[in-house]
Amino acid sequence: MNVVSETAAGTRVNDFVIKIATVNGTGSASANTLLMKTVFRMGVPVVGKNLFPSNIQGLPTWYEIRITKDGYQARTGAVDLAVAMNADTYDQDLEKTSPGGYLIYDSSWPRPELLSREDVNVIGVPLASMINERFDTARTRVLMKNMAYVGAVAALIELDMDVIHGLVTETFGESKKHLIDANMEAIDLGFRYVQENYACPLPIRVEQMDKTDGYIMMDGNTAAALGCLYAGATFGAWYPITPSTSLMDAFKAFCERYRVDAETGEHNYCIIQAEDELASIGMVIGAGWNGARAFTPTSGPGISLMSEFIGFAYYGEVPAVIFNVQRTGPSTGLPTRTQQSDILLCAYASHGDTKHILLFPADPEECFEMAVEAFELAEWFQTPVFVISDIDIGMNDWMVPKLKWDDDWKPNRGKILDTEQLEKIDKFYRYLDVDGDGVPYRTLPGVHPKGAYFTRGSGHDKYGLYTENSDKYQDVLDRIAMKFEGARARVPAPVIRKAAKKTRWGVISVGSSHGPVIEAVDRLAAEDIHLDYLRVRGFPFHDEIEKFVAAHDAVFVVEQNRDGQLKSLIVNETNADKAKLKPILWYSGKVPDCRFVVNGIKTQLGEEKMSRGKAQGS
Amino acid sequence: MTSIAKPRIEKHLLRNKLGLTLRDYEGGMSTLCAGCGHDSVTAALVRAFYELDLEPHTAAKVSGIGCSSKTTAYFLGQSHGVNAVHGRMPSIATGAAAANGNLHYVGVSGDGDSLSIGLGQFCHAIRRNLNMLYVVENNGVYGLTKGQFSAAADYGSKSKRGEPNPHTPIDPVKLALTLGATFVARSFSGDKEQLVPLIKAAVMHKGFALIDVISPCVTFNDHAGSTKSYAHTYEYYHRAVHTDYIQPSEEIKAEYKKGEVMEVELHDGSVIALKKVDDDLNPRDRGEVLAYLSHHEAQSEVVTGLLYIDEEKQDMNARNKLPPAPLNTLPYERLSPGAATLADLQKAYC
Repeated sequence: MNVVSETAAGTRVNDFVIKIATVNGTGSASANTLLMKTVFRMGVPVVGKNLFPSNIQGLPTWYEIRITKDGYQARTGAVDLAVAMNADTYDQDLEKTSPGGYLIYDSSWPRPELLSREDVNVIGVPLASMINERFDTARTRVLMKNMAYVGAVAALIELDMDVIHGLVTETFGESKKHLIDANMEAIDLGFRYVQENYACPLPIRVEQMDKTDGYIMMDGNTAAALGCLYAGATFGAWYPITPSTSLMDAFKAFCERYRVDAETGEHNYCIIQAEDELASIGMVIGAGWNGARAFTPTSGPGISLMSEFIGFAYYGEVPAVIFNVQRTGPSTGLPTRTQQSDILLCAYASHGDTKHILLFPADPEECFEMAVEAFELAEWFQTPVFVISDIDIGMNDWMVPKLKWDDDWKPNRGKILDTEQLEKIDKFYRYLDVDGDGVPYRTLPGVHPKGAYFTRGSGHDKYGLYTENSDKYQDVLDRIAMKFEGARARVPAPVIRKAAKKTRWGVISVGSSHGPVIEAVDRLAAEDIHLDYLRVRGFPFHDEIEKFVAAHDAVFVVEQNRDGQLKSLIVNETNADKAKLKPILWYSGKVPDCRFVVNGIKTQLGEEKMSRGKAQGS
Repeated sequence: MTSIAKPRIEKHLLRNKLGLTLRDYEGGMSTLCAGCGHDSVTAALVRAFYELDLEPHTAAKVSGIGCSSKTTAYFLGQSHGVNAVHGRMPSIATGAAAANGNLHYVGVSGDGDSLSIGLGQFCHAIRRNLNMLYVVENNGVYGLTKGQFSAAADYGSKSKRGEPNPHTPIDPVKLALTLGATFVARSFSGDKEQLVPLIKAAVMHKGFALIDVISPCVTFNDHAGSTKSYAHTYEYYHRAVHTDYIQPSEEIKAEYKKGEVMEVELHDGSVIALKKVDDDLNPRDRGEVLAYLSHHEAQSEVVTGLLYIDEEKQDMNARNKLPPAPLNTLPYERLSPGAATLADLQKAYC
């Protein structure tokens, strides 16, 4: 049952999907970004999703651009205009094109089999022939062919050529006029051929709007890196792993711009590429213990390796910020595909009784804000804090409001005693609950002899001394649990969106599932199925989550994993009625669209009605 | 195991230039076996810091898991310490040193902690020339788990039950030399006269300073047939280099014949005087040192002393261009580019 229209029938201004199929390593990313940014600069909201292989060169890759006047953030599942640049995937690209849609291909080599579908309009453009005639080297030809399809698409959907010219100029810089001219020439070749040979524009096309003012297009890893920069992080350690690598790449680039002393060349930051994740987390803990704001970006396999040290930081009470940009597991899984399957892993990472603070950004803007918050929480509660995003958020460009900063903001470094305070007190004990909130005071090495203490992962008492005494051991473990309770009110509160009409049904989701859910809730409302919606943003859970479940007869928990991990965590950590929670799951690794939510909810509601009918009938 | 607390009688104790006594450099009571080599190393560390006239809290102690790693609780009670997870002390030290390079980092590890589970981190700390003293208390055996061979156990060395070790050993000294370590020494827990100046020199060396200390396990590896026993070590002991450490303000008092002493000036102006026993050892030439070690090992000799030193290589913090003021002291104003910059940089994302 397809409840969402997949047809590109009729005129659909500013509401359609372009899907570009290319070969990995052919430099198509810049062409695709150019198309997306052109739409964005024309004031029309846009979504870009990259589907790429775990490969450097040769395997197929797709890029999807959704033009969405309503500003939705998810995919739709439709393909209104396919740009088939990879002969190896012609078959599937044709098959996936929506009825009534269009398909562009390189007709330098005519492919009559592409005409096999009567409901798809095939547009042949002799891209290779035109480009080879004009450009020389093999690499240039490959790159320019990409630009030529940009031109062809521009003509078909009526993109503003001045905007394209402006973007090309910005990319290469005014000084590289020959590159600007060459690229514009390639774009023009595609543009003119299509204009001369096909009726332009197509019914699906872009018209100028003003809905992108005040917005940016940024990926979550870049935004998170900016969060680290503004939070005052000075130390980062990492081991390269897709899809978190670009977070540290971005942090390094920002530090090189903003953290290098202009006079001395000294770095007000330190980034270390570790030998593995066992070491990267150790370095972060070493730096955190020593009073630097420290973080590591990683993905699921990295968390598995870090788990022993995470438990050490939990029990030794050392701040650490861990970004988990989730990918598809288990094991190596699909390393370049997305999932939300590390929720339970992070919540309870490491052996023994451990529980961790988790933050769940749903888009790059929240990656920025929650990165900052993560350092505040880690230092206040003296514990590891996870910021959990995924490939979709981390590596795709999202349209989000411009990031803002308040110059009056100051980091709260938590309870650290300085020389003066240490002078005044009689004796310092590291793990003593002085304030009754479970959060003890700490000191930094080298500050004062009175501040010395021993951090250990072995049993210790509240004075910081080694112990094997059960009561003394338990006393510390209970205080740490109390500290975790204190974090409940400090993590970002859930966001609740009430339905237009009173309803007995609700939806709960998290992170990047937000985009599909929002759209699904709108579509269902249009069919008079109303749902209240709560998006989880932090763990330990706010009380609102339990209340939300209590206030509804059924609550659909939408998440991207096989086992319903968010649902499990809610069942485990709240008194919510398990029977009310209905899983709606997506775990293919592909960025989801709203159909699995719409279909899932409708199916379950249908089942509920049927079972009611049966109950009434019996 | 010692169980009686030491009385604090300080009246007649000698004081160093800071007016501190040896007691000020001690830590908690050791819980190791009586006669354990590690306790002698602990005592040598206490003595070295006392003689260096360093304020105890300017040191930071790091260790992993094992008998040796426990010892960081037994010296420098006025210093911070981290007893981390097994084999991962070097990563803690790396992060800590990056956050504040002005402390004296003292890492104590064992052959189990450093050469098996922690071999990777040990190697990479050397590669980065992390500025720390790294002591391997090497007894060829796992003590806390009751006597299994470690990766440092020599081929053919016998376990307490008489079984010969079928595997070839990992030698931290030779490994460190091949990895580019800048200070490589071997010593013996029973040779305090050699160990104390070595520790002093290692603490003041700017870079990774390895001291592999043969430190016999009296409970599990001190029997006939073991190559890490007291008896075996004494019998085959070979002091290749005599090391003196001379503080910046001190005069070189010892009588050295011209030509027989090599002086190495450290970054703080102190001097290490190396007096070679043999002519065929040049502590500036890795290749020669490796050849020398191989030659003497073939005769079962335990070669000790400061075997290699290089004061020229930059340490990790210098390679990372870190400022003299520790990262953990930088005020937030120097770290945040501010709201205007954030607005400006986002133009590239429109």
